[in-house]
Amino acid sequence: MTALEHASSLTHSPQRVRLDRGTITSLLFGLLGVALIAGAAPAIDSTTRRFNLERPPNPAGIGFHPPTWIIAISVLYLVTAVLGFSPHAARRWAGLARVLSALSLVPLALVLSLALSDNPGTNVVNLFSQSFVLATPLALGATTGLWSERAGIINIGIEGTMLASAGVGYMTYALLGAASSTGWLWFSILISVMAGGLVASLHAVLSIRFGVNQIVSGVVINLFALGLTGFLRSEVIFRTGNTSGVSTSDVGLPLLSSIPVVGDQLFRGGPIYWMMYLVVFGTWLVMFRTPWGLRVRSCGENPHAAETLGINVLRIRYQSVILGGLIAGLAGAWFSMESQGGFEDNMTNAAGFIALAALIFGKWTPWGAFGGALLFGFSRALGTRLQFLGVEVSGFEIPSEFFQSLPFVVTLVVVAGAVGRSVGPAAAGMPFQKSR
Amino acid sequence: MSRPGDADSSITRASGHLHRFLTEAWRLQPLYVSLYAILLSLLIGGVLISLIGVNPLTAYWALLRGMVGDGERLAGSLARSVPFIGSALALALPFRAGLFNIGAEGQLLAGGLTAAYVGALSWMSDLPGGIAIPLIIIAGTMGGAVWGGIPGVLRTKTGAHEVISTIMLNSVVLFAARWMVGSRDPVVLRDTESTVPRTDPISDTAVLPELVDSQPVLHTGLFALLGLCFVVAFMLNRTNFGFEIATVGLNPHAAHYSGMNVNRVIVLAMAAAGACAGLAAASEISGTNGHFQPGTFFLMGFDGIAIALLARTKPVAVIAAALLWGSMLSGAPLMQQEADMSIDVVRIIQALVLLFVAADAVVRYLFRVHEQGQSPFRATSVEGAA
Repeated sequence: MTALEHASSLTHSPQRVRLDRGTITSLLFGLLGVALIAGAAPAIDSTTRRFNLERPPNPAGIGFHPPTWIIAISVLYLVTAVLGFSPHAARRWAGLARVLSALSLVPLALVLSLALSDNPGTNVVNLFSQSFVLATPLALGATTGLWSERAGIINIGIEGTMLASAGVGYMTYALLGAASSTGWLWFSILISVMAGGLVASLHAVLSIRFGVNQIVSGVVINLFALGLTGFLRSEVIFRTGNTSGVSTSDVGLPLLSSIPVVGDQLFRGGPIYWMMYLVVFGTWLVMFRTPWGLRVRSCGENPHAAETLGINVLRIRYQSVILGGLIAGLAGAWFSMESQGGFEDNMTNAAGFIALAALIFGKWTPWGAFGGALLFGFSRALGTRLQFLGVEVSGFEIPSEFFQSLPFVVTLVVVAGAVGRSVGPAAAGMPFQKSR
Repeated sequence: MSRPGDADSSITRASGHLHRFLTEAWRLQPLYVSLYAILLSLLIGGVLISLIGVNPLTAYWALLRGMVGDGERLAGSLARSVPFIGSALALALPFRAGLFNIGAEGQLLAGGLTAAYVGALSWMSDLPGGIAIPLIIIAGTMGGAVWGGIPGVLRTKTGAHEVISTIMLNSVVLFAARWMVGSRDPVVLRDTESTVPRTDPISDTAVLPELVDSQPVLHTGLFALLGLCFVVAFMLNRTNFGFEIATVGLNPHAAHYSGMNVNRVIVLAMAAAGACAGLAAASEISGTNGHFQPGTFFLMGFDGIAIALLARTKPVAVIAAALLWGSMLSGAPLMQQEADMSIDVVRIIQALVLLFVAADAVVRYLFRVHEQGQSPFRATSVEGAA
């Protein structure tokens, strides 16, 4: 390619459509729509299926005709494709169409998998409440990352912080409360939170005081937590004989949980689950509506400017990272004392990393990160649900391993930029030295 | 284009003996820190052991005899350490380019699967060992390289951070391997005659020759991985590509400005890392297991991270670190048997070692080791270099 040709390929006429992230996404939706109309809609079993709203027997529900729904969703995808490649005036709707298309992947997955299984219906309310519950550690973990990274400290060690606090908390419960006393359960949850703060302060000292590469420090914390909890499990928890215990009992929100049919499924959950909402809301409130929150954010964006204004950057960073650690400790308690009463090696199972992906998805904002956590919680809940439904495509049963890997694949796709570039705090990862 | 070394040469000459002394001291420095870190961890580990009610000296003596007690145990320790060399290089190599590859676990699985698949192909048994063995090794290396290259491509094309994408890819390949090896309907790679999920045994001609019949078997894969360390060290320190990797690691903007293709360097460095892990996996499949089971490589990639950090990401030092790490794991069962405590004690000692090596400033402060030269784990303040 000569220099001239190269130059002319860079300056394109307004009619020419650029192949950017948006148009490629539109194109992919269009192809999916064509494939669904041509391949799936005619071939699929057209017996009526049901979205149930409660548990059997005789659940209330909504019946639907799978091919009709698939064609309706396909038409939306085709419209998205057409809008993506249409002349300028109509293209302003393309973004909205893409968002709608992305959202409609959820009903599409449900309709397709129900139609492909032998089950006549499935409880969708339960599926959504499961998604919210499974999003708990992810939302808490993402909030941890938010506090840390907004103050300028990259935190890869969320996974290890959660694992260590899950182990230490459950160990306390097993040792002191024989894994059954409610009073000691609450005390142990508190210990979990403290342990999270302790691990985070290790990360803080390493990366703030000693200037260790923050990713190295985080990875070291992850490996350290793996070793520590393995030791605690086999040497302390196992020896107490209380390897499984009573976990927190569910709390229903007054009034809301007495709504007929769906109330008890949607508004009943464990105490840490409810605390998660408080933590996310509180994080938003403190970080974006208080002077201290503004200071935290300024330390993450431009610590030198912050220092000029008289802010003690190092102190703010310590406070923020340790506050994040306390939140991760709560997430750890969720694993070993709410989700299941007991501790297993590596029970966090990459949740800390998925939480980081949720943070990136949410572009370093509390509610965005919460949305990301919901997405990943949903993909995990959906994976489990589809495993139970037993989905079969032309005589080939889709293996359970496929559904188990669903949350990781979704994370990968999201991080690889289905949502566009997301830019973190400017000073994250860089050590700060006080001016003398 | 002149290299920075040329510009430095006048300063080198001027500072003479002092500079030479410092250079040599700098080369030794990392070893001091690692040694003190090990010492400190053994001390803290000893306190923990005595808290459980066991005499730490008894435990450590049993551990030591388990590691190097007699010829067979020594060979077993060596054999246990061999694959760690590859998984540690998988971190150490891209680390020089500022990339953090946590994906050795998945790259081992990908390499192991490809090696086992190629090794069990029916025509492999017709080939002489001189061709079949290189084939299986190359297959595993390529499998690892492809799986390692993916996060590199994602990083350059979409900006996805390699720490997250490699972790996710680890899980994806683990589930894929479990399915391929475990599924009976349809049969993908499963050995249908076996009761446990595993692949068909590889052809006899593709088995690496055995050196010592220890537990696990010490095989000639040892030489392949030892050689790999020197190849990687040579590549990083003495080739143009190594210079590009180092430049990208120090300052990608400067690398780009001086005409280097930063994206190409990132993808190749990640693929080369995957290749190191893949080679280790292939050597294990060929020399030790003879078939593929998903559990074989459990934690091997994560131990690799620890080993690479202990070796302060220097490829040749990886050999010593891997030997220490592997032989501790290999000696732990004797300690468990004689001192009646869990193998996890070794894990916690290892975790402590790692902590002190990464936080080298703590060790330097405690033991008054003076800092000369930059620690590889010290965060650089160059924007975008982290």
